[in-house]
Amino acid sequence: MSSLLKLDGILVQRDRRTVLEVESLSIERGETLAIVGPNGAGKSTLLLVMARLLKPERGQLLFDHLPVDELRAKDYRRRLALVMQEPLLLNRSVSENVALGLRYRGISAAERPRRVDQWLERLGISHLAVRRAGHISGGEARRASLARALVLEPELLLLDEPFGGLDAPTRRQLFSDLRLILSETQTTTVFITHQLGEALELSTRLAVMLGGRIQQTGAPRDVLARPANAEVGEFLGAQAASN
Amino acid sequence: MHEILQITLLSLKISITATVLSLLIGLPLGTLLALGRFPGRSLSLSVVNTGMGLPPVVVGLFVAIMLWRSGPLGSFDLIYTPAAIVIAQLIIALPIVAGLTAAALQQLDPDLHLQLYGLGASRTQMILTLWQEARLPLLAALMAAFGSVISEVGASMMVGGNIRFQTRVLTTAIVLETSKGAFDTAIALSALLLTITFLVSWALTSIQQRGAKG
Repeated sequence: MSSLLKLDGILVQRDRRTVLEVESLSIERGETLAIVGPNGAGKSTLLLVMARLLKPERGQLLFDHLPVDELRAKDYRRRLALVMQEPLLLNRSVSENVALGLRYRGISAAERPRRVDQWLERLGISHLAVRRAGHISGGEARRASLARALVLEPELLLLDEPFGGLDAPTRRQLFSDLRLILSETQTTTVFITHQLGEALELSTRLAVMLGGRIQQTGAPRDVLARPANAEVGEFLGAQAASN
Repeated sequence: MHEILQITLLSLKISITATVLSLLIGLPLGTLLALGRFPGRSLSLSVVNTGMGLPPVVVGLFVAIMLWRSGPLGSFDLIYTPAAIVIAQLIIALPIVAGLTAAALQQLDPDLHLQLYGLGASRTQMILTLWQEARLPLLAALMAAFGSVISEVGASMMVGGNIRFQTRVLTTAIVLETSKGAFDTAIALSALLLTITFLVSWALTSIQQRGAKG
């Protein structure tokens, strides 16, 4: 496998306090990397750095072996898609929301509906196409926000707690749909969660983050079997007990 | 009758020009105040918000001093012209547009602009999307700005001079007719002013409410 995104010596500070410190992290093409950790571990900050939405105090990102700083921010971001914790849909119809990134990229009005319809279908929300985003349920809004990112066919998909705030059955259904989509499209994905169970099922590689640092990465079963240190063991143990 | 038509058209021309100019400057300014990260942002926002209640006579005094023949901008020969009224009305409308634009954008989710960038928006596309998302309060800002300038009298009187066929607008004409005791003309002009204000608000409200449906 070859590296798609590489983080090197990243440091993010807020009010002189270190919130993120990543010496080295490489995202391989085609993998699904799950980042788990408790609230406040710096997971979302890491995702913002990857999307170049937060400038670190030091360190650099290499995308496809090129320093990201040498690309225009817009050009870089158009190779990826970010799904934030809240669906953050606009007050328009669901299909207009899903078409948003395509419009930003100048995809013609003739081609947009074809691609939008395809992804509404794959996420099972075709029947909501003309519905206003404010008039759909939380689970449907999640699906719309995922469709809005997937329709872009990004080289890198960044997901921040894509199932947060959903009830168990809705969460389960969306989870299995997304797993199927990711395995079919082979999209390189970084996926943040604080639910170890989902991370284990969805990811090909697991990273455990505590206190702004990545403590361990590896195949999910290996990490689970051999925690790198006592803190990781404690976190994984507590998660396993609560699942 | 001909004179009333001329006064009405002049009023509309002046106030629409001032409102459009205030929009051109106030929309980007309010956006900067809402989204920008720079020292003094909070102070600037307070200044703008204070400016929303600027008394027209104070603006009139300030603009008159500036444009007076011997004043700093006297060489432009603008005092007692429609352009002088436009300048004064622009100063009155600008804080309203900028302040309400900032408030409208700050009501949106603070992460929304990051999400739009994360979908590949350029800076311009991001800002246009936010404006569209806040179109209802932005139209309210437009109505408030137009309403305040079409109905103000102090500044128009002071920098326009209420000169017949040149700078007489509806509000200054109403003041004049009332002072002459010509109440019937004053009432007719007032009715006209109210009708215009209503029609403009009605047009903007129907655009606004069409956007709100769904």
